[in-house]
Amino acid sequence: MDDLIVKVISKIIIPFMQVFGIFVILHGHLSPGGGFAGGAILGASLILLTLAFGLNDAKKKMPHSMSKLVETGSILLIISLGLFSILNGYNFLTNGASGFNLGKTGEIISAGFIPIATLAIGLKVGSTLITLFHTIIEED
Amino acid sequence: MKKIIFGLLLSGLLFILISGILEMPALGSLDNQSYNEVTHYYIENSIKDTNAPNMVSAIMTDYRFFDTLGETIVLFTAITVVISVRIIGVGKSHYLKGD
Repeated sequence: MDDLIVKVISKIIIPFMQVFGIFVILHGHLSPGGGFAGGAILGASLILLTLAFGLNDAKKKMPHSMSKLVETGSILLIISLGLFSILNGYNFLTNGASGFNLGKTGEIISAGFIPIATLAIGLKVGSTLITLFHTIIEED
Repeated sequence: MKKIIFGLLLSGLLFILISGILEMPALGSLDNQSYNEVTHYYIENSIKDTNAPNMVSAIMTDYRFFDTLGETIVLFTAITVVISVRIIGVGKSHYLKGD
């Protein structure tokens, strides 16, 4: 696809989509949205990049080695959150009682491990979407 | 003959399913079986327990986080299967080397 209008418009719109996705992910415990919705927005922005600029340019932005690291790292982050609770003497994935900072209601850094978990889920969903798309449209 | 038997079987299944739907309680009514003490506990105590104003997020990533962990493992399995099928089908090995 070699269309000038599509390229210019997506160049303008992609940063806003990514900022909005990061906003939805980071405010997952305060406002509607959360990990799955924000990750889908991030993945959609990268899919738009692939559609507008072609597979080779998009692979430079998000190579398979990076998405591999992001996926395995985010799922290991979630499991290590659970193991942290176990090390402190509570059940798997205990939030407030096992030493996570609950903070004040309504602030960004509050609610224990909920922001970390939402961040991990969002990164995982976004990288899964973009890896599936790149793998499926790859042709030879 | 085969078509008639299958038609009878499927219409019987349709009758069973529709009668099952007719027996369900109305959506949002107070007599609903799922409207029990768990709902009241979440509504009254979720802010006290987690300090998160978004109750859906509090349930999804605190009370029922084990379920969400399963969902992410489903995603992980799906992407693993797709990549391994592509490698076997096309004969590429550059995924393993990290592109």
